[in-house]
Amino acid sequence: MLIEHVPHIAAGVTVTMTVALGSLAVAVALGLVGAACKLSGSRLLTLLAATYSTLVRGVPELVWLLFLFYGAQILINQTSATMGWQAVEIDPMLAGITTIGFIFGAYMTETFRAAIMAVPSGQAEAGLSFGMSPLRVFWRITLPQMVRFALPSFSNNWMVLIKSTALVSVIGLNDLMHRAAMAKSATRDSFGAYLVVCVVYLAITGVSIGVFRLLELRFSRGVRGADL
Amino acid sequence: MFLGGSPDAPVFSTGQGLVLTLELLSISSAIGFALAVPLALARNSSNWLLSRSVWLYTGLFRGTPLLVQLFMLYYGLAQWPWIRESWAWPYLREAYGCAILAFTLNTAAYIAEILAGQIRNTPHGEVEAARSLGMNHWLLLRRIVLPSALRRALPAYSNEVIMLMHATSVASLVTLADLTGIARQIYAETYNPFEPFLIAGIFYLVLTNALAWIFRRMEKHWLAYLRPREAH
Repeated sequence: MLIEHVPHIAAGVTVTMTVALGSLAVAVALGLVGAACKLSGSRLLTLLAATYSTLVRGVPELVWLLFLFYGAQILINQTSATMGWQAVEIDPMLAGITTIGFIFGAYMTETFRAAIMAVPSGQAEAGLSFGMSPLRVFWRITLPQMVRFALPSFSNNWMVLIKSTALVSVIGLNDLMHRAAMAKSATRDSFGAYLVVCVVYLAITGVSIGVFRLLELRFSRGVRGADL
Repeated sequence: MFLGGSPDAPVFSTGQGLVLTLELLSISSAIGFALAVPLALARNSSNWLLSRSVWLYTGLFRGTPLLVQLFMLYYGLAQWPWIRESWAWPYLREAYGCAILAFTLNTAAYIAEILAGQIRNTPHGEVEAARSLGMNHWLLLRRIVLPSALRRALPAYSNEVIMLMHATSVASLVTLADLTGIARQIYAETYNPFEPFLIAGIFYLVLTNALAWIFRRMEKHWLAYLRPREAH
């Protein structure tokens, strides 16, 4: 009976959420660096960031995942063989987090670039003229104000990211999809097993929508809306 | 030799994979679009039941991963006798049919929401002008609301088509030999991940840019009236 397997499938939510939140952290870091490069005015850095976002966004996530996972495995094996070390297995969790983070970093680059540009430049200039370091200006002045502009696109990226985590079972993670596959073979109720996965994903996306609504209110405090 | 001339050479089979990828994309985007137009109208309907059921449909398909939807159809449909006995079974028995169905339903949900948003945003002047000329409801939809909404939806729609093209890569996870599927086959035979996935990646990159170019041309043609104008 499928009902006995439901708790086991649903428990995969911790693996899925770990991958999702871990890769979100990587993506935000890469996105901020990418946006900084694109806005730096340096031709080399702009070119690098543009190449990153074009290459990543032009190729499907699954292809990136397989390429990076298998490719890195081979590179590590070759290095350890020539160095005479013992063969190292890549941890699929780490691989999943870095790959998905690497992919969504490219999308975040655009999100953050647009958001930073939306903050009036006079704000940063004022901070600099008070003797703040550029990093402090970013942390104290630009960041809190750019959040409001970044939120809509950020929440879209998060929704796509959370759904992309369904792919990590391909590289051997014991996530929702993998657990559903096991329940499917045990019960022969494939439809039901994947229906449970759907419900869990709907719960995650549903809660996310609520959280983003709250964040939007929080970061729009003191902002006067247009009277339409 | 990787770029060898024999018929089983990876580049040759990658060409076959490309054909399948384009097939999956064109069939599911065409049917998906045809479904999305009436769905978008129903989404904006004043009939509560109609608009709520479309809302439920788009919410379910946009809130869950495409891979789950595909697996649900591919592994799950066979468990109901009434599906196995229906006319559709010869199609749904195959991975190909399930993939087309999953991609079509998925993309229809996204496009319906894009279109529904643009229909809601129709400038009220356009509607009033049409009404004042005595157009009835259907004529108004056909001549004014839909053409105007479809044009304004073009930029978002182009993103959706590119996303769908990338999404078709999951077809390789239900045994289909599309671009990604061929790359995985070659990897399984050679244990060399670099060349097959690199070549597949380049093909996808070229496809992405080709689609983006086509849509830029379409925007130039159909959205000319919305381009920023120079002040005189």
